[in-house]
Amino acid sequence: MIALIDYGAGNLTSVRKALTALDAEYMTPSSPDELHGVTGVIVPGVGHFAATAALEGGWRDAIHASTERGTPLLGICVGMQWLFEGSEEAPEVRGLGALQGRVRRLKGDAARRMKIPHVGWNALDLPRPSTLLAGLESGAYVYFTHSYAAPVTDDCIGATTHVEPFAAAVERKNVFGVQFHPEKSSDAGLQILRNFLGIAR
Amino acid sequence: MLTKRIIACMDVRDGQVVKGVQFQQLRHAGDPAELARRYNVEGIDEVVVLDITATLETRQALARTIHAVAREIFLPLTVGGGIRSEDDAAAAIDAGADKVSLNTAALRNPALITALARRYGSQAVIVAIDAKRRTDPAAGGGDYAVFVRSGTSDAARDAAEWAREAESRGAGEILLTSMDRDGTRSGFDCGMTRAVADAVNIPVIASGGAGGLEHFAEVFTDGCADAALAASIFHYADTSVTELKKYLREQGIPVRIC
Repeated sequence: MIALIDYGAGNLTSVRKALTALDAEYMTPSSPDELHGVTGVIVPGVGHFAATAALEGGWRDAIHASTERGTPLLGICVGMQWLFEGSEEAPEVRGLGALQGRVRRLKGDAARRMKIPHVGWNALDLPRPSTLLAGLESGAYVYFTHSYAAPVTDDCIGATTHVEPFAAAVERKNVFGVQFHPEKSSDAGLQILRNFLGIAR
Repeated sequence: MLTKRIIACMDVRDGQVVKGVQFQQLRHAGDPAELARRYNVEGIDEVVVLDITATLETRQALARTIHAVAREIFLPLTVGGGIRSEDDAAAAIDAGADKVSLNTAALRNPALITALARRYGSQAVIVAIDAKRRTDPAAGGGDYAVFVRSGTSDAARDAAEWAREAESRGAGEILLTSMDRDGTRSGFDCGMTRAVADAVNIPVIASGGAGGLEHFAEVFTDGCADAALAASIFHYADTSVTELKKYLREQGIPVRIC
C-alpha cells in the first residue's frame, strides 16, 4: 500500500490517475499515524515551496520515521525539493533534510530566450545507473514545470540543463525524487513510477 | 535542451471534436478520447480541450470529456472554454486538467488570474488571447486587436500589452490565436507571435493557421514561439505528429522524439 500525501499543494488527480493505470494500491492518509505499515510514501507537489509548511510537525516526523524504517519515499516536483534542507523560495520553511543541499531559483537567459519558469519537455542526462530510472536511456525526455531546482550532488541520478545543470532526479538509499512530472511524462514517466512501485512493494 | 512543444487542440462541442474556419463553419472531427490516444502514440507533447460553445451558451467545460481524455493520456492537459470562476477552474482541474485556459473571463475579471495562480500555481494558468491585425494601427490601440466572446467582440486592447498584464497578474503561459489565420492553413501569424513573445517572459503558444510542416519551423524561428498549437491538420491525419517532429529536427529545431 502506497501513501500519497495530500497536504493541500495543488492537484493530486494526475498522480492518482497514473497510479491507478499502473494498478497500484494507494491511499491518501488523513493523519500521520496511518503511515505505519505502508510500503511506500509519495510526496507530490505543485506550486510554491511555502506550501510544504503544511507538512511541518506530524507529517514531517512520520515521514522521517518511515524513511528511517527503510520505507521507500518518492518526492515529485516541490515534493522532491522538500527532501532537501530548504529552498530559496521560502527560506523560513525547513525541508525534510534527507538530502544535502538547498534548492535555488533557476537562472534564465534572455538573450537566448531561455525563460523562467522552465516549462516543457527536456532531456535527462544519466550520470550513473539507478533503480528509479532503470530502463530509461540518457536523452529521455520528461515534462518539467518549475522555477526552482536542487543542485547536482552525489545523489543526482538524472541531470537536466536549462542555462545551468540541475538535479532532475535523485536517489539516496530509499529516498527518491524527481523534479519533473512522471505522471505527465508519457511512457518514460510511467516507467519511472512503475520502477518506484517495484521498489515499494 | 528544452524542446519546442507541439500541442494538439480539440475544440469540443456536445462531447465531439469540431473544427471551423475563422471561428465559423464547424464540422465534426471525431471522438476526443480516441483522438487523444492517437496523438499520444504519435508523440504529441500536450493536449488542449476547448469547450467552444461554453462562452456563448454559458456552459461549463464538459467534465465527462475531460475525464475521458485524461484517462487516455499521461501528458499535460489544458482545458478552456467558459472558465469564469474559481469554481469552474476547480471543476476542470478535479476532472483531470493540469492547466486551465482563461479568455473572456480574464479580461473581464483579471483578478481571477491571480486567484487561480495563488491556488494552483502559475503553471496551471494559461491566458488565451484571440487577436487579429488592425487594419489601421495608426488609429491607435496597437497593431493587434484582442477579441473576446469567441471572437465576436472587440475588447479594445492590444495583444502584446494585454499579454504583459496577464503575466504580471500571474499567468504562466500565453496561448495566442490569430483569428485572421484560424483554420486557413496559410501559416501562423509570425509577426504577431513575435510581438507578444518579445513583450513577455513566459512561454508563448502560437495558434491559428498551421497548414504545412514549414509553418511550424517558421513560427519557432521567426515567431519565437515556445510551442505551436494546431487542430485540423492533426485531426484529419493530413499531417502526423511523428512526421512533423522528424521534419523539425532536420531543420535543427529541438523537439521530443519518442
